[in-house]
Amino acid sequence: MPDRALPPVDEQALAEAVWSRVQTARNVRRPHTLELLGTFATEVRELHGDRFFGDDPALVCGFATIDGIRVVFVGHQKGSEVQENIRRNFGMPHPEGYRKAMRLFRMAERFGLPVVTFVDTPGASPDAASEERGQAEAIASSIALMTTLRTPVVTVITGEGGSGGALAIAVGDVVLALENAVYSVISPEGCASILWRTPEAARQAAVAMRLTAGEQQALGVVDRVVAEPAGGAHADPETAARLLGAAIAEELRRLTAIDPDALVTARYARYRAIGAYTTTAEPARGPAPDRRRMTERIRDLLRSGRTVVGQAEPVARSEEVDG
Amino acid sequence: MPIKLPFRPRRDSVPSDLWVQCPGCGEMLVEKQLEKSLRVCAKCGHHFRLRASQRIALLADAGTFQERDAELVSVDPLGFVDSKAYPDRIAAARATTGAQDAAAWGTAEVGGIPVALCVMDFAFMGGSMGSVVGEKVTLAAEHALAARVPLIVVSASGGARMQEGTLALMQLAKTCAALARLADAGVPFVSLLTDPTTGGVYASFAALGDVNIAEPGSLIGFAGARVAAGTTGEALPEGFQRAEFLFAHGFVDLVVPRAALKETLAGLLGYLRPRPAAARREAADA
Ligand SMILES: [Zn+2]
Repeated sequence: MPDRALPPVDEQALAEAVWSRVQTARNVRRPHTLELLGTFATEVRELHGDRFFGDDPALVCGFATIDGIRVVFVGHQKGSEVQENIRRNFGMPHPEGYRKAMRLFRMAERFGLPVVTFVDTPGASPDAASEERGQAEAIASSIALMTTLRTPVVTVITGEGGSGGALAIAVGDVVLALENAVYSVISPEGCASILWRTPEAARQAAVAMRLTAGEQQALGVVDRVVAEPAGGAHADPETAARLLGAAIAEELRRLTAIDPDALVTARYARYRAIGAYTTTAEPARGPAPDRRRMTERIRDLLRSGRTVVGQAEPVARSEEVDG
Repeated sequence: MPIKLPFRPRRDSVPSDLWVQCPGCGEMLVEKQLEKSLRVCAKCGHHFRLRASQRIALLADAGTFQERDAELVSVDPLGFVDSKAYPDRIAAARATTGAQDAAAWGTAEVGGIPVALCVMDFAFMGGSMGSVVGEKVTLAAEHALAARVPLIVVSASGGARMQEGTLALMQLAKTCAALARLADAGVPFVSLLTDPTTGGVYASFAALGDVNIAEPGSLIGFAGARVAAGTTGEALPEGFQRAEFLFAHGFVDLVVPRAALKETLAGLLGYLRPRPAAARREAADA
C-alpha cells in the first residue's frame, strides 16, 4: 500500500496520530465483548456470579463456539449508551468480576476448554468498595492463576488495555490486539497527572508510553495485530468481528494441538523473558531504546496492522491523523 | 519528614545529632534516638520508612545476607521523556540514594533458617517496579524454588514504574508466575507489606503471601485514596487503606510492630517448611 502524504513532522502531529488511536479505542460505538461474540461466535451462553459476593456486569463470562471450537470466554464489557455504561461501570470490574473470571478459568481447565479473553477496560474499579473487597488480591490471584492454567489461553486487547485491571484477564499463550487498541501501565490522563502534573498533558503521556497496538507489538507485549476496517471497528463492526474471529480461530487451532504442560512451560517463558535491563558489566538486553525520528514513528503508526495481517483490505488512513 | 537539611549524597550518612519531626504526632525526635528505636516514634508508634539496607539489618541474622544480582540496572526501553528523561531520573535516584534500583535480593538466614530475601526501597523512585525490580523478585522466587527455602519479600512501593510502560506492567505477570510455581511446589512465601504498598506491587506479588504481614499504619491499597474518594463522592471510611483496615477486611494475617517482626517471621518459618522436592516435578522446575 503506498504511503499517503505525511502530515508536517512535528511533535503535534505525532501526538494527534496517537491520540486518534486512543479515541478510537474508547469510542462507545466500538463493538465490545458480547457484540463481537454475537457476530463471530455461535451458541454463546453467558454465566453469572462469583459464588462469593455477586455478579459483576462489567466483566462477562461464559461458553461460546468459535469456528466450531467450544471455548470459555471472559471479557470486559462496556455499554454502548449511557444507562448501560453506568450499569456496567464503564467496563471497570469490581473484585467479584475477577473472582467470577477465576471461577470460569478453573472450569475451563477442568473440562478441557480453551480460554479466550477480551480486554477492554480503563482499569479496575478504584472505588472504596473495591478496596474493602480486595481489588488488589483479586487481580493478583487472577494473574497468578492464568499463568498456571493447563489449557490454551488466547487474549485479545480489543479496546482499552488499562493497567492491572486489564492484565488480570490478559495473561495468554498468545496476545492479539485490534489495530486501534491501546495498552498501557496507567491511563494517559493518570500518567499525565503524576508526571506532568496536569491531565491536560494526556496526549504527551500517550506518546511517551507507546501504547498503540503496533508499538506494543514492537515491544513484545503483543504478538499479533489484527487489522480493523476503514475508519475503525465501530465503522463496520461486522467486518471487524469477522477478521478477529478468523484470527482467534487460527490461534486456537494452533494452541489446541500443543500438550498442556508444554503450553504452561512456554507461557512461563513468555512472561519470564519480558523486561529491559542491563548489568553494570554487560550490554543491554530486551528491546533497544527507540530513538528514531518522529517521521519514522508516524510512518510506523500509520502502517501499524497493515504488515501483520496480510488479508486485510487496503484502507484510507486520513482520519487517523486528523485527530 | 526530615527537617530542612543541606543536600546529602546518602541517607545512611545523616549525622546522628539531627532532629526529625514525627509525621504521626508532630514530636521532634533526635535522629540518634530514632535509630535506636528501629525508627519507630517512641511517643505515638509511627513507623518511619526504612531503607533496604536498614530493613535487611532488621530482619536477617547478622552477617548472613549475601546480595545477588546487585549489578542489574534499568535501561530506557521507551526513550521516555516527561519533564526529565528517564535515564536522568535514574541517575538522580542513584546519586541521592546510593542504590542501583528500588530492590535488592539475596540469600540470608532468619533465626537460623535459610531464606531468599528480597527488599524494596521506597527511596529509589518511590519504590516503583520496573524491569529490574520485577527481575529481582522473580530471581529471588526462582532461587527459593530451586534451593527449597522460604521466600520473604518486603514491599515498599507506589506501584509499577510508568517510565517503562507496559514492560513494567508485565512484571506483575512475571512475578506472579514465579510465585504460582512456588505455591505449586509447596515452597512458602511470606509477604511483608510496609508503608506504602500500592498499585501494581500490591496487585501482584505483595498480595499473594501464604502469610501476609503488615507494619502498623502502613498505607496499603490498589488505587490512590484521592481516586477512591473522587469516584464515589463519599467520605472514605476511617483508616481507609491502612494496615489495620486491610486486617479488618481479611487481607493481611497479622499487623506486627517493627520490634516484633523478626521474632514473628522466625516463628512462622518454623511452621512453613518447604515441601521436599518431588522427583517428577524437580527436573522441569530447575
Ligand atoms: Zn510520633
